[in-house]
Amino acid sequence: MASDPHGPLLQVSGLAAAYGRVRALEEVSLEVAQGALVALIGANGAGKTTLLRTLSGVQPAAAGAIRLDGADITRARPRERVRAGLAQVPEGRQVFGPLSVEDNLRLGGILRDAASSERILERVWALFPVLREKRRLTAGMLSGGQQQMVAIGRALMTQPRLLLLDEPSMGLAPKLVAEVFATIRRLREEGTSVLLVEQNAHAALSIADHAYVLETGRIVMQGPGRELAGNAQVREAYLGM
Amino acid sequence: MAEFLQFLFSGVTSGSIYALAALGFAIIFNASGVINFAQGEFIMLGGMVSVFLAAAGLALPFAVLGAVLVAVVAGLVLEKAAIEPARSAETVTLIIITIGASILIQGVAQIVFGKGQHALRPFSGEAPIVIGGASLLPQSLWVLGVSALMVAGLWLFFNRTLPGKAMLAVSANRLGAELVGIDIRRTWLTAFGLSGALGAVAGALAAPITMTSYDAGLMLGLKGFVAATLGGLGSGLGAVAGGLILGLLEAMTAGYVSSAYKDAVPFVAILLVLFFLPRGLFGSRAAERV
Repeated sequence: MASDPHGPLLQVSGLAAAYGRVRALEEVSLEVAQGALVALIGANGAGKTTLLRTLSGVQPAAAGAIRLDGADITRARPRERVRAGLAQVPEGRQVFGPLSVEDNLRLGGILRDAASSERILERVWALFPVLREKRRLTAGMLSGGQQQMVAIGRALMTQPRLLLLDEPSMGLAPKLVAEVFATIRRLREEGTSVLLVEQNAHAALSIADHAYVLETGRIVMQGPGRELAGNAQVREAYLGM
Repeated sequence: MAEFLQFLFSGVTSGSIYALAALGFAIIFNASGVINFAQGEFIMLGGMVSVFLAAAGLALPFAVLGAVLVAVVAGLVLEKAAIEPARSAETVTLIIITIGASILIQGVAQIVFGKGQHALRPFSGEAPIVIGGASLLPQSLWVLGVSALMVAGLWLFFNRTLPGKAMLAVSANRLGAELVGIDIRRTWLTAFGLSGALGAVAGALAAPITMTSYDAGLMLGLKGFVAATLGGLGSGLGAVAGGLILGLLEAMTAGYVSSAYKDAVPFVAILLVLFFLPRGLFGSRAAERV
């Protein structure tokens, strides 16, 4: 892979996506630097989930380019992107309900060799000890917060260089939200780059190095997380102040 | 008592065949949501190709192996040539494609094999074993033994291996499966190939007992579908239970009522299941109206 150590890990330029004739994304350009935590905020229906789906390849790009570590993956199949190091924790968790917690996690490592999967599994158990206790239960029996842990753990098992997180705090009790955000910070400290999509703009901006604001399919604003958190428009529109 | 045992043997034997047919439906349904109405043709191919390869002088094991290969190839070609290009179409469309494929396979079989009825030589003799006054054909033991082996093999595949669990993951949550890099296309292809193999084994096992012909797949396929629905579409345990229950119901009806009603049993059964038990015995998903 043509890797430029100083180039961004993810580079999206002029990306568009559509559902039938309805354009959901227009001219979206953004970057995630190596090791950075980037937040993407926006209202419901702004196109945040569509953007992540397009990045993962489960939704085709209508125009534009996606580069991961310099390599063009715009037309790559989802599994090729996973192999290249792009993982997603999708909205609504999408765990394999009838399968056990451990099987959910092991399937995350299906593209990786057994030895390294075993190592990452230990890391996931350490990150979420409660999952180890419940590893034989089916994922569908877990609480929402624990399913979120399964979804994050499953994505980590793919050994991502860039982790896409779609609304990880949605539907969780405030205490669990804090826990999920603590986990995200920790993953970043351990070297995983993160693109975080959130409606909970306050929490997202407080931990992000850089942030983008998406409105009706377009990027309308960007800047360092703390700067955006102080921006009058953002405060009014997304932070309710 | 001897009479009851006799009906029991016959019911469990045909029930095992239905169970294999039902498992074929379940595997494809799980992977893709498609009800594959060409499943019966895989069974027909298993019987007919075995008969013709054996008649051409091939030793029986090789004739059966050849038939299984032909059915696997038929399953793979069906998926690759007809289902895959229409993958984004509605499930109902895909189901109709399988009905078309079924008619096509039957037509080709009629041209290649003719319209005659054929019987395959029993795998190991015809001298019945007498148990409690009832006689059991050696072929029935083959049916039971091989079916049990296939069921055990499938259980191991789906519960003990990562590729098997990956297929279950696709059925549990397609998006989640794509996002960890499970190959959906290969999963569908595997499901069709595996179902072809299961159907062909069932067809070859049954051919010495029931006779076979180019159009034998229709009835066997329908009965397999009824068994799968009775057990709960998509449930492996349900498919086996549904098959055995259906076989027993049929044998008892034929024995104690009249053999004229034998073939009516599955259709009465499916109406009752759809009215009163739409999820089947072990199903988790309700049948969708189409």
